[in-house]
Amino acid sequence: MVSYVLRRILQSALILLGVSLFTFVLLYLIPADPARQIAGRSATAQTVENIREQLGLNLPFYQQYGRYLFGLVQGDFGRSYLQKTEVSELIAARLPATLLLMAGAIVCELVIGLSMGLIAALKRNSATDNTLMVLSFAGVSSPQFVIGILLLYVFAVQLGWFPIGGYGTFRHMVLPSLTLGLLGAGWYARMMRSSMLDVLRQDYIRTARAKGLQRFQVLFGHAVPNALLPIIAMIGIDIGLFMSGIVVVESVFGWPGIGQLAWQAIQRVDIPIIMGVTLVSACAIVLGNFLADMIAPLIDPRIKLR
Amino acid sequence: MKSRFLTGVAGAALLAAALAVPANADDIKQGGSMIVTYKDDVSTLDPAIGYDWQNWSMIKSLFDGLMDYEPGTTNLEKDLAEDFTISDDGLTYTFTLRKGVKFHNGRELTADDVKYSLDRVANPKTQSPGAGFFGSIKGFDEVSAGKADSLSGVTVVDPYTVKIELSRPDATMLHVLAINFSSVVPKEEVEKWGADFGKHPVGSGAFELAEWTLGQRLVFKRNADYWKPGIPKLDEIDFEVGQEPIVALLRLQRGEADIPGDGIPPAKFLEVTKDPQYKDLIIEGGQLQTGYVTMNVKMPPFDKPEVRKAVNMAINKDRIVRIINGRAVPANQPLPPSMPGYDKDYKGYPFDPEAAKKMLADAGFPDGFETELYVYNTDPNPRIAQSIQADLAAIGIKAELKALAQANVIAAGGEPDQAPMIWSGGMAWIADFPDPSNFYGPILGCAGAVKGGWNWSWYCNEELDKLATEADSITDPAKKAEREALWRKIFISIMDDAPWVPIFNEQRFTMRSDRLGGPDAIFVDPVHIPVNYDYVWAKDVQ
Repeated sequence: MVSYVLRRILQSALILLGVSLFTFVLLYLIPADPARQIAGRSATAQTVENIREQLGLNLPFYQQYGRYLFGLVQGDFGRSYLQKTEVSELIAARLPATLLLMAGAIVCELVIGLSMGLIAALKRNSATDNTLMVLSFAGVSSPQFVIGILLLYVFAVQLGWFPIGGYGTFRHMVLPSLTLGLLGAGWYARMMRSSMLDVLRQDYIRTARAKGLQRFQVLFGHAVPNALLPIIAMIGIDIGLFMSGIVVVESVFGWPGIGQLAWQAIQRVDIPIIMGVTLVSACAIVLGNFLADMIAPLIDPRIKLR
Repeated sequence: MKSRFLTGVAGAALLAAALAVPANADDIKQGGSMIVTYKDDVSTLDPAIGYDWQNWSMIKSLFDGLMDYEPGTTNLEKDLAEDFTISDDGLTYTFTLRKGVKFHNGRELTADDVKYSLDRVANPKTQSPGAGFFGSIKGFDEVSAGKADSLSGVTVVDPYTVKIELSRPDATMLHVLAINFSSVVPKEEVEKWGADFGKHPVGSGAFELAEWTLGQRLVFKRNADYWKPGIPKLDEIDFEVGQEPIVALLRLQRGEADIPGDGIPPAKFLEVTKDPQYKDLIIEGGQLQTGYVTMNVKMPPFDKPEVRKAVNMAINKDRIVRIINGRAVPANQPLPPSMPGYDKDYKGYPFDPEAAKKMLADAGFPDGFETELYVYNTDPNPRIAQSIQADLAAIGIKAELKALAQANVIAAGGEPDQAPMIWSGGMAWIADFPDPSNFYGPILGCAGAVKGGWNWSWYCNEELDKLATEADSITDPAKKAEREALWRKIFISIMDDAPWVPIFNEQRFTMRSDRLGGPDAIFVDPVHIPVNYDYVWAKDVQ
């Protein structure tokens, strides 16, 4: 167990190192000169050269990357080129909003997805089942910016039930959480359905029925808890899924999280921010997967970590 | 019944408030607030560094400089300077400061602060994008090269007098002292915050920063000690960031926001501007901008003036203006109409494809030729380039479009032999300050025709360069008209050589809520972009 954990931590570190190198190379190859960008169009060649030197942009690639890594292990993500603020400060200021949005999205996808899957399984092969599965398929397939703008238009602009984007109250949270959660809800509905169908066929369910338990007791006492097991382990993996979704959802809804920060930074080629957000996201994904693997044996003793 | 009566009273009161619009600017009461929205985070509020149009106007409200402009105009006026004199040779400027002006931290602003601020912006360690504007101050080269920390040309005579000596006459000096980079900052605050001064700005301006929640909002509060009586009008401005322009427009229509700082989104432009209910809420103004096509005079066949003139006559500018929904006016010369020196009598080259074709044939290209047109790859620029391409095809010139990232187009323009033609849209040129020289040196003068420069047509006319130097040596404000006439002559002479096809001058459209009052000119202020926040007032407190 301990050796497994250590191995996983080492693997995670290697993955993060790989991500940092790959992103750094990509950003290094972008045909935009950060020094010229910071210096502005009125700058003299001398000013541009000074800035290049101060930022170490005149160094060879491996030295630039080395300096970045050296800062990184000390917790220094560097300073934004355009905002002139520590990247760690910018990310820290925005992380709570992103975490809140993710929590909302997890609630949405579980509540919607699981109940859809449960109903579909109980009404197997009926019109309800078919409708729900088509809906879940639509949820999985629709791009988030389409869902987001649609929800915004219908519920905020036309009906006026929710604010048009922004951050602060529970009402602000509903639409973005829903948008981010719908994708996962579709997956969960389908997984819950098949998992339930699987469980309902098991002998212990027949035994439970045979010993005279109520339908409700059979369902929620035996079937659902067992059907949920393989699904709970998935939540960790969802974090990775959300990381790609937040860039879109936060931009559509004006949600002040790290996705919006990344989107702005990409448009303005603010390399330190892009690096920082990418690494934080990679950390979250690695951590999510790690947690998913650690939780699995706790809820299903048949799984052993080696 | 009672509640209906009350509603009626409240309604009447509101109506009365809305109608009670003071006729005289001095009668306007201070108070109230407004909400301005933006898409992007505010980058920095350090006046030495901020150089985008979002923080430009904010910095102007937080800081003061020696000079400024009359609100809504391009006319220079004294700001922190109570008075100034210029020596006869135009090399020495002596400023007397206004007494009793206080920074937001309560300390009085003195001549030492002026010197400190100018030294700071010139120092390469500050990384100011505006450092180059101060090149004519004596000692700039030493500071720029890191050999000195202080500009030898700027001296403190006494606490209320500062002397600025130049190494060459520079008629734009007063403009330079009015741009944000010259704002006066308190040394102790800059040193206290270091690199984070841009997040904790302390100036002497009409507003002070009260709150900044990264990624969400900034709150400006009225500077109660501001030296200009009755200014600013509002008690508070809330800048909300992270809002897409389309969302900002919807919120304005619902009464939740007052000014969409990024303007009216292009997709909604026609719908909103055609709607009669918004007629009085949309203000149109000029911008110190010209969009143009450069022709590289070093690359044949554009080395022939006839070819360049033919291209000037081939392009249908009205159609291009229609492509961008009328958000511009066609141009016929380099200077925009709101720039001093603009020649309103100049007719320019007519749109005449037949004559263009004939001129091309006379120049030795009866069948036209093949060339390339470089363009920045974001909308609407490729569409504009396509329109130009079609016009060129009509006179036999086959232009291949090269739609590239901004940095690549700029890099190509800065090489002598890469880009035969460039459409400048999205990149150039907006003036930094309302003076014609800013439209010459970097983009049409010999100084800009260097590797990595912005003179993409590589046009270098030494005779005109001499005239330009002469014009910039006329430093006596009394000879302003003479200087403008000289610049007018220079730009029209350039058109005779036709290194550019001037296409259009962009117009600005600001939308405001019905709650806000103020002269139209301050909502499209040529210097405070997008809005001169200091002079906006709230109708609900009148």
